[in-house]
Formats: sequence, structure tokens, C-alpha cells
Amino acid sequence: MTILRVEGADVYYGNIHALKDVSLLVERGEIVTLIGSNGAGKTTTLRAISGLAHPRRGTIALEGKDITRTPAHRIATLGIAHVPEGRRVFGRLTVRENLEMGAYTRHDRDWIAADLDEVFAVFPRLKERIRQTAGTLSGGEQQMLAMGRALMARPQLLLLDEPSMGLAPLLVEQIFRSVTDINRAGTTVLLVEQNAYMALQVATRGYVLQTGSVVLSGPAESLLANEEVRKAYLGE
Amino acid sequence: MTTAVAAIDFELLGRIFPRVLVDGILLGFVYSLIALGYTMVYGVLEFINFAHSEIFMVGAFIGAEVLLILQAARVLAASPPLLSLLASVLAAGVIAGLLAVTIERVAYRPLRGAPRLVPLISAIGVSFFLQDLVRMIWALHRNAFYLTYPPIEVFNQRFPAGAYALWGGAAAVAIAAIGWLMRRAGRGVARARFESLSMLPKYTSIALGIVSVGLLILDPNRVLTVPVKSLVVIGASLLVLSVLVYVVNQTKLGMAIRAVAEDQATASLMGVNVNQIISVTFLIGGLMGGIAGALFGLQFGTVNPYSGFIPGLKAFTAAVLGGIGNIPGAMLGGLVLGVLEALAGSYLSLISGGAFGAEYKDIFAFSVLILILIFRPRGLLGEVVREKL
Ligand SMILES: Nc1ncnc2c1ncn2[C@@H]1O[C@H](COP(=O)(O)OP(=O)(O)OP(=O)(O)O)[C@@H](O)[C@H]1O
Ligand SMILES: [Mg+2]
Repeated sequence: MTILRVEGADVYYGNIHALKDVSLLVERGEIVTLIGSNGAGKTTTLRAISGLAHPRRGTIALEGKDITRTPAHRIATLGIAHVPEGRRVFGRLTVRENLEMGAYTRHDRDWIAADLDEVFAVFPRLKERIRQTAGTLSGGEQQMLAMGRALMARPQLLLLDEPSMGLAPLLVEQIFRSVTDINRAGTTVLLVEQNAYMALQVATRGYVLQTGSVVLSGPAESLLANEEVRKAYLGE
Repeated sequence: MTTAVAAIDFELLGRIFPRVLVDGILLGFVYSLIALGYTMVYGVLEFINFAHSEIFMVGAFIGAEVLLILQAARVLAASPPLLSLLASVLAAGVIAGLLAVTIERVAYRPLRGAPRLVPLISAIGVSFFLQDLVRMIWALHRNAFYLTYPPIEVFNQRFPAGAYALWGGAAAVAIAAIGWLMRRAGRGVARARFESLSMLPKYTSIALGIVSVGLLILDPNRVLTVPVKSLVVIGASLLVLSVLVYVVNQTKLGMAIRAVAEDQATASLMGVNVNQIISVTFLIGGLMGGIAGALFGLQFGTVNPYSGFIPGLKAFTAAVLGGIGNIPGAMLGGLVLGVLEALAGSYLSLISGGAFGAEYKDIFAFSVLILILIFRPRGLLGEVVREKL
């Protein structure tokens, strides 16, 4: 069953044509990855989906419902959670408050407490830091917090923008393992990565973006084996 | 050597100190209330709402109008003074708050995304508009250019604060004990909400304790009296400031305001309706500005359509002094400025042997401010990231 359908999306920043006729599909339960070099339009794609940027042409539908022009704060209530590029935790809020912000649209207080425990099960480090302001966390901890914050919304679809950026190899592995765990627990994931190799390892399918257009797509294994992909993104 | 010093009557300086301090704290709290409106709006929009001083002025007019209506209906003298005050202050706050929300919708929101100077010009335009509007309304309504607050009898009496210093100390100890018991009883509950509730006795007892000890030291003969009005204004300001601190730090709404202040786009990803939060911020800022206006009017007696300018400018300075965008900073900045101004107003002429009169108080206060800002350009609390008291 299709959870997300982007069709022919064109996104502009002023005169800059950032996305050109982009179409992609995400099925329920999948991990789909979006790879491409700097400035290819990966972040813009995620921003269009979560309502931070609106396409000039084309449509975006969540579970068949059109959300092309829906504002971001409404989309957040529809089951999409977006972990933005660069983490963007609220540095002056405590770790706990950041997690509570993730659950902002929910009103079921008791479940929120239970979900806090679930997030701590995935990221035990956060529990030790609960009273600390998020600005004092290390980069890796901030990434965990940003992901934990998104999980607090109990999303159907999780958008991750370069979760491994700037992290040490050991942490990168841990983050990717968490992505797999989160997906196994029932959340569909759309993963943007520069680390194409790792991303294709955990993903079911992938799309390759180049200067705003989808140039290649398919099952993760076939992309891993693809000559062009290996040359351009896997450094071979 | 003795000739220059002999001119200064140290005994007199010491004797008037408690009164000067009370005046300074009163003024400081009023500045704090106004400064919060500047700083909170700056926090979410990075924009100086120059019309805020006129929102304060409108509050002062509404506060007077309510009391005048009560007086005309012959209920002012008959009803409990605190109730009249509550009506006056609440009406001032609510109307000023709604006015602030309307101004943002009409004059600022359409200009979002325009160069930074544009909404600033719009704000100045709103200031002039409100001054003339108020002048016109009250010219038609009461044929008056200014309003005088009707006297409330009880408020003009004096409270023998010195005589109660020991009682205050005892009360501080008692309240501290209650707070301690509350925290003990709530240990198992461990809910954040309860935790913050048990802070109330803690801070009340600390404040009361400081005041009592201060009185015992500064007024050993226990003769100090304070106008009831001053106590009421200080008490009301403290109450409003406490509620604000609670709302900002302990409620979901306050958390959303802080999140929007930090990062609007990410806050909207959490489901926060950013425009709504901006409106709420103007509402809260206007509310406090209006309340400050009514308290200011009550304290100083008359208001005219241009009464907002000077207090507004000083409160803005207080916000910058504390670190613009920083909520505890605005409170601290207001207090520092108020106390400096009162000290200068009373002591400058005494110390300089009359060479500098009280009219130099602003020059003195602002010189100190400039000095502080030279050494701490980001304001007193500008670098503190944690916004908890
Ligand atoms: N706010 C903006 N204003 C103007 N141009 C922008 C803006 N954001 C992105 N762009 C442009 O749009 C294009 C796509 O940017 P985008 O951030 O989506 O790329 P990306 O694939 O995420 O790159 P990276 O891997 O570096 O994060 C780039 O050419 C970029 O310069
Ligand atoms: Mg990007």
C-alpha cells in the first residue's frame, strides 16, 4: 500500500529551479533512500513533503490525501515526522522539553510518558541527559535527540535528512542500526543520505537525484550493483 | 579635607535609603512588565515593536477610564479597593493585549519577509496613529486631553512596614516550613507540575526573608512607613511576573513560545502553528504592557496620549540591558534601571551639593547603562542560554 506519492513536483527558491518534475513512491513498511551529491535537491524534496516548501507544479499525496498545499504544522498532525538536516534541536530547551515538543500535536498525556520510555529504550544516552539543555549535547547526542523527538509524534512516515552527517564511524553505525530498528517497529522511513553505501545497505529501494531530477531508481541491491552509482556515489 | 565632605549629610542619605529603594523597585517592576513585551516579541520575530509604548499608554487610559466610570457610578468609594484595582488593571491588560494582537495582524504580518526597516517604520506609524486616536477619543468622550486617576482612599495611607519587620521574618520562616513539608509530601508524586508548585513557597519565603532582614538592617528604629499604593503596585507586578515565568517555563504554551523563538521552521515541523504563537506572544506582551500602564497611572496620577514615550524608551533600554530576547534579562534590566533612576533622582543633588538636580537622573542612569553595555554588549544575561528562573 502506497503511503507517499510525489508526482511531477517542481520546487523553486525564487528563480532557482531546485526540483524538476520529481516523482517518487514510498510503500508502507519500506525504507526508501534518496541519494545524490551536494545541491541535488534531497533536502528540498523532504521540505516539500513536510510542507516547508510548496511545489509550484505537481502533487504530493499522503495515503491518497492531497497535501501539496497543506501547511507544515497541519502535515505534522497527519503522521509525517521530519528530522531536518543539521538536527535543529531546540538548544535552549531541555532534552525532555525537546521530546515533549515532538509530541506537541498529541493530547494523550499518559501515552506520552510511555513513549518517552520507548525513546529511551532506543537511545539510552538521552535518559541520562534529560534535564540538560539540548545545546549542551554532543553532535551525536543531538542527532539521537532529533530522531527521538520525531518518534515522539508516533509517525507513520519518518523523513530523515542525513542523520549520519558529521558523526564518528561508530556512531554512524549505531544511527543506521536505530533506523532499521525503528522501521522494524512499524514506521516507514524515507532516508536522505550522502553516505550512499550505508543507506543502500539498510534500504529496500532507492532514488538517485541529480541537479533536481530523478535520474535512477530501483531496488537497493540493484543500485548497489549499478556501474554509474558505484562510480558517482560509492567512490569507486 | 573636611569642608567638601561635610556638605554631605550621611545620616540623611541613610535615612531616606529605604524609601528610595522602594520607589526604585516599584519603577523597576513597571519597567520590567513593559520590557517583557519588547523582549518576547523580539524573541519570536527579531523585531522591535516600537508601538509597544503606545500600547502601554492605552492601558493607562483604560485603567483610568474604568476607575472614573466606577467613581461616576458611586461604587468606587463603596467597593473594596483591591476589587476596583483588579477591574481597572484587568480591563487595561485585556484591551491592550487585544490591541497588540490586532496591530500585529494589520500592520506587521503583511510585511513579513520585507526588509527589516519596513515593519519598523510601520510600527512608528502605528505609534503616531494610536497617540492621535487616543487623543481624539478622549477629546470627544470627556473633552479632556489627559486623564487623572481618581484617588482610592486606602491606597493613600501609609503602611508601617518597619514595625512589621519581625512579623515578616516569622512569616518567611513559616512559609519556608510549609514549602519544605509540601516537597516532602510530594516526593512520591514527582510530577513536574507539582515540583513547580512547591517553588512558590520557596521563592515567597526567600523574597519575604530578604525584605524583612533588609528592613531590620536599614530601619533599626522600625519607623519606616511605605505608601499602601506602592505596596499594591509592587505586589501586583510581582504577581504578574510570577504568572508569566510560570507560563513561559512550565506550560505547553510557554514551551511552544520558546521553541518558536528559537527556530520557527522546526517548531512548525512539530505541529506548532507559528502564526498563532506569534499572536499569543503579542497578546501576552500587550497584556503586561497594559497592566503596567494601569499601575503606572495609579502610581503617578495622570496620563496623556504621549505618556508612553519615556517609560517605553526606558523599558526598551531595560530589555537591551538585560539582553534583548531574554525573559529573566528583561526583568533584571527593568529592576536595575528603576533602582538606578531612583537612586540618582534622590541622591544626585544631595551628594553634589545641589550642583546636579534630580532632573539629571536620566543622564546618570543612562550613563551607567552605556557603561554596562560597553563591558557586556549582549546585556547582563545575554549569554545565559537557560531561560529558567
Ligand atoms: N533557501 C534556499 N534559497 C535558495 N536556494 C536554495 C535554498 N535552499 C536550497 N537551495 C538550492 O536548491 C538546490 C537544492 O538544494 P538542497 O538543499 O535540496 O540540496 P541537497 O541535495 O540537500 O544538498 P546537500 O547534500 O548539500 O544537503 C541547491 O542548488 C541549493 O543551492
Ligand atoms: Mg541537504
